[in-house]
Amino acid sequence: MNDMIKMREPKGKKILKGIKKEWQLYLLLIPIILWFLFFAYKPMIGLIVAFERFEPAEGIFGSDMRGLSNFVNIVTGVNREAFWGAFRNTFIISLYGLVFGFPIPIILALLFSEIRSDGYRKILQTITYLPHFLSEVTITGIVITLVYSGVSSTGIVAQLLYSLNLVPAGTKIIETPNYFRPMYIITGIWKESGYNSIVYFAAIMGISPVMYEALKVDGGNKWQEIRYVTLPGMAPTLIIMIIMRIGRMLSVGYERVLLLYHPNTYVTADVLSTLEQRIGIGTGSNQGLGSAIGIFNSVIGFALVISANKISRQISKTSLW
Amino acid sequence: MERSSKSEIVFRVFSYFFVTIFAILCLYPIIYAFSVSISGKLAYESGQIVFFPKDLQIEAYRIVLFDKGFWISYTNTLFYTIFGTAWSMFISLTGAYVLSKDKLLGKRTWNFLLVFTMWFSAGMIPLYLNYMELGVDNKWGMVIAFGVQAYNIILLRNAFSSVPKDIEEAARMDGSSEIQIFTKIYMPMSKAAIATVTLFYAISRWNGYYWSRMLLRNSQEQPLQVYLRTLIENYQKLYDESVVAGNLTYAADSLVYAIIICSIIPVLVVYPYIQKYFTRGVNLGGVKG
Repeated sequence: MNDMIKMREPKGKKILKGIKKEWQLYLLLIPIILWFLFFAYKPMIGLIVAFERFEPAEGIFGSDMRGLSNFVNIVTGVNREAFWGAFRNTFIISLYGLVFGFPIPIILALLFSEIRSDGYRKILQTITYLPHFLSEVTITGIVITLVYSGVSSTGIVAQLLYSLNLVPAGTKIIETPNYFRPMYIITGIWKESGYNSIVYFAAIMGISPVMYEALKVDGGNKWQEIRYVTLPGMAPTLIIMIIMRIGRMLSVGYERVLLLYHPNTYVTADVLSTLEQRIGIGTGSNQGLGSAIGIFNSVIGFALVISANKISRQISKTSLW
Repeated sequence: MERSSKSEIVFRVFSYFFVTIFAILCLYPIIYAFSVSISGKLAYESGQIVFFPKDLQIEAYRIVLFDKGFWISYTNTLFYTIFGTAWSMFISLTGAYVLSKDKLLGKRTWNFLLVFTMWFSAGMIPLYLNYMELGVDNKWGMVIAFGVQAYNIILLRNAFSSVPKDIEEAARMDGSSEIQIFTKIYMPMSKAAIATVTLFYAISRWNGYYWSRMLLRNSQEQPLQVYLRTLIENYQKLYDESVVAGNLTYAADSLVYAIIICSIIPVLVVYPYIQKYFTRGVNLGGVKG
């Protein structure tokens, strides 16, 4: 006992002395600590409401604890249909995003690397990155107006789809469940493909020219070059991006869904995060239920990242951590 | 020059073609929106606008520019962008500098606590309750409570770590204080990273929508994005259902597009100058943090 106190005292003193000597350094640390404390870590305490029958008047600590009843409630209670619907939609939308949205930036980067004129390539790249910097409100605003169909006006995309007979004439695309997912995915491809190609393009540029020359000496053609040199060269980047993508599978961009969906399309459009905020924020809301959905979402998301990371480490030796 | 094989030529032609088409498709909605915003009502409603404007008229812009709500929200957005970016940069620069220092006690722990926020967030409702509790429902609240991102701090931290140490040591010999070393040596030597992060913050402030809409009590404090969104939600419906629509001299969609164009002009203007920074930023940050 006495020994421990003796051991610890000098150490504590040393720390204090270090802080005193470098007080300016620690002064600069204060703003970031306060910010993250108040706006990132303190809200985590609020996760308790997922285990409570939350009463705003009683506060987070005053409300009754209800154990897992909120979780049981979302899975089996009155909201179960909305919950399982949102659960399914979240997976389906992410999966579509993965299948259609993931390869396009990679293909785009491959094609960019073929453009020999630096000037022309840079212009094209600059154009394709642009939509990334426009707000979701702007992007969805344009999309909504493009597919709009009203008494006096019809958006040009709606017109095109009608005349190609892809969509029955006069259909309100924004209010029809069948069209939500394609609309969401295409909007995402438009907004992010160019920007997402940056990291792949850098990976391609980083491949040693010696590799290409060696293949050429062996008489390989372009397809073999892509297959045996370019893609393997990009593999670490590809794998990291895919793990990150899977990790975010359940956090489908709620803002875009929120801006594009309509009460009539909830059946195909509602995802866990939009359901969470519809149930948990606003008049007549139930914060406990809402948070339970949120926790459900993050826990599965976390599990997905960890398993994707593990699988990738085993098969390819590349991993996030 | 080496000779290209047949498959290479085929692939290159295909690349030029496809990439050009893709770029045109990316830009098309914006060009189209602009064309409609300055086209005549009749030409638009009879479906004649495909790419270029027709029957030029600037009625829609006149309405926007004389609309008080538009200017209020525009000024608010400028406020959020300028003060918000400055605030975000203050927190991020000071924090990133300290976190890059080996002599910081518990450096690894502090950095872990930062990275952890990238992977785990409290979630929408606890965040919402926290904002309500702290009274984040006004202009300054929005500036202070938002816009600090771990990713950007890591980007700055990595830039600071790569500054050569000998300059710092020389300055210390001359008796420079920590804060002087930070502002006189580290900041000037990390200009590219600072520019990149400033840009990221400014764009995200300019584009901010969701939390402003959820939290701000006073509609006079709403940013442009919220104003734009309410307009999109209401206008077309209003004009389609009411009798007034027929009497308007411009198409309702022209007005929506005109506001969209006005909201993206600042982004379009600065975009060509800043784009070299963000490509660097994306690759500089790395994915591992």
